[in-house]
Amino acid sequence: MAVYERNFGRFKGALTPTGTRFLILPRYAFREVFQSKFFVAFFTLCFALPFAGLLMIYLHHNLAALKFLNLPLEQLKDALPINATFFSRGLNVQGSLCFLLALFVGPALIAPDLRNNGLPLYLSRPFNRTEYVAGKMTVLVVLMSLITWVPGLLLFFFQSYLDGAGWFGENLRIGTALFVGSWVWILLLSLVTLAVSAWVKWKPVARVTLLILFFVLSGFGQALNNALHKWWGWLFSMWAAVQNIWASLFGKEIDPDLYMPVPAAWLALTAGCLVCLWLLSRRIRAYEVVR
Amino acid sequence: MSDQSTPVIELQGLEVKLGGRQILKGLNASLTGRCIGLLGPNGAGKTTLLHTLLGFHPPSAGAARIFGHDIKAEARAIRGLMGYMPESDAFIAGMTAVRFVRLMGEISGLPSERALERAHETLFYVGLGEARYRKVDTYSLGMKQLAKLAQALVHGPRLLFLDEPTNGLDPSARERMLRLIRDIRDTGEVDIILSSHLLRDVEECCEEVLVLKNGTIATYCNLEEERRANRKFLEIEVRGGDDGSFAAAVEALGCEMAMGAKQKMKVVLPEGIEVRDLYRLAAERQVQIRKLDFKKDSLQDIFLKAMETEVQANGRI
Repeated sequence: MAVYERNFGRFKGALTPTGTRFLILPRYAFREVFQSKFFVAFFTLCFALPFAGLLMIYLHHNLAALKFLNLPLEQLKDALPINATFFSRGLNVQGSLCFLLALFVGPALIAPDLRNNGLPLYLSRPFNRTEYVAGKMTVLVVLMSLITWVPGLLLFFFQSYLDGAGWFGENLRIGTALFVGSWVWILLLSLVTLAVSAWVKWKPVARVTLLILFFVLSGFGQALNNALHKWWGWLFSMWAAVQNIWASLFGKEIDPDLYMPVPAAWLALTAGCLVCLWLLSRRIRAYEVVR
Repeated sequence: MSDQSTPVIELQGLEVKLGGRQILKGLNASLTGRCIGLLGPNGAGKTTLLHTLLGFHPPSAGAARIFGHDIKAEARAIRGLMGYMPESDAFIAGMTAVRFVRLMGEISGLPSERALERAHETLFYVGLGEARYRKVDTYSLGMKQLAKLAQALVHGPRLLFLDEPTNGLDPSARERMLRLIRDIRDTGEVDIILSSHLLRDVEECCEEVLVLKNGTIATYCNLEEERRANRKFLEIEVRGGDDGSFAAAVEALGCEMAMGAKQKMKVVLPEGIEVRDLYRLAAERQVQIRKLDFKKDSLQDIFLKAMETEVQANGRI
């Protein structure tokens, strides 16, 4: 751009509202993230299942379109019902993709700022620690929302549109479960990823740490359960806890191997979130005080 | 720019504890200058004072005000008025300079388009115009210092905190940085607090100096007034006149005088007495004045004096 002024001068225009200033961080972060072709390919693939679901719902209500295949269409329709199981399985797959997304995007969110002393630059401005964390978290929340509850609810409304208002009223619980269940997983995953990014400065090590937190802890929980013949080990497994919560939200039976009481699952996830918030509050500071 | 009635910074018994250790001990001062130097040996509390004013560390006792705003109650409003150039390397990785400075402008509240415009302008102003599309990570130390200055200026602050701005710079880069600081000062649009342990940097840029020692204020003075107050101190070296008649004649003129070794003397000229009177007295007594210097207290003298002075319990000398 042409530069007309080369002097120092005060800015005399109107400032942007402080309440929405944290959204500047995701705007800048999205540009960095979508510069990676690998990420763009991965993110596009994340929409494959919702698109397949859309097709299935459409065909479920327009079987005539498949007449030329000479298949037993009515039996096919009964074999693939659009119900809580359909949406719950979709959420399971998309939830797993969220983990991969967090693995790719998360470690680069806070660690580089800490490594290069970027925090004093943010926090010496009218911008506080909460806004900083909210801004960084929004990056993950937006990306994960776009592959979980947003397409999930679109499919739910599409099904309601094709099946009629009756289906919507009878299955309102599915929509609620999709929305609440997705948010529970997104918030947990975002907080864990940010906490790891704040404490582990190297991206590869941060990724390994995330894998350890999700898989090794689940393995440890499984081993504990086997040793004690109890469910207590699942308190260490975020995936088992969220599976129980999703099952209760959709009103489905939980896989007996993953069973834990739903209140215990909520407690485990809440405790996990609080620990992450504490870790973030310890780390997101303009300066470290060396005792 | 501060008007003279409102101090830029007021410290009222400000105390700060970090990690259980008292770093700042009851500071009391009212800083009014346009460019104030913050001096002190390592560990005196300069950076802690800046960080406390920025709201990074909460005061454990006392209060501080910037342009009349309390640093605890109105921290956000204060930060909107300030620009901060940290001492250590500080940047956002993976960004070009223009993007980095623009981001900082937007975080300070500039609309996106204006932030971009001002990022370009500021980078040209500090001398990084040609390198503004390079990633900050790839900059040399001197260029990173300039990028830090640009991010501190982009939103047009009223008060600029510069923490050791010439750290690690070679002589020409240092000179350029000091020229920029003087230039910013001379615009009259911004007050500057320059923290440094380099006396020459402060002497070249600042009008007032606050010297810290062990977390207390060792001295606070106006450099120009100090220089003016000391204008009539003369250091004279004479040859001949061993009988002391010249010294007696100078005293008889009404001058305060102190004899040093090797026929050196320090003389304070009272009102109405000029240097030519000393030459006349010397000529009358066959005394040669070999050397005559106006002795002004340099910042180094002020600093060393402050370091030797015991500090009272209230944080003042």
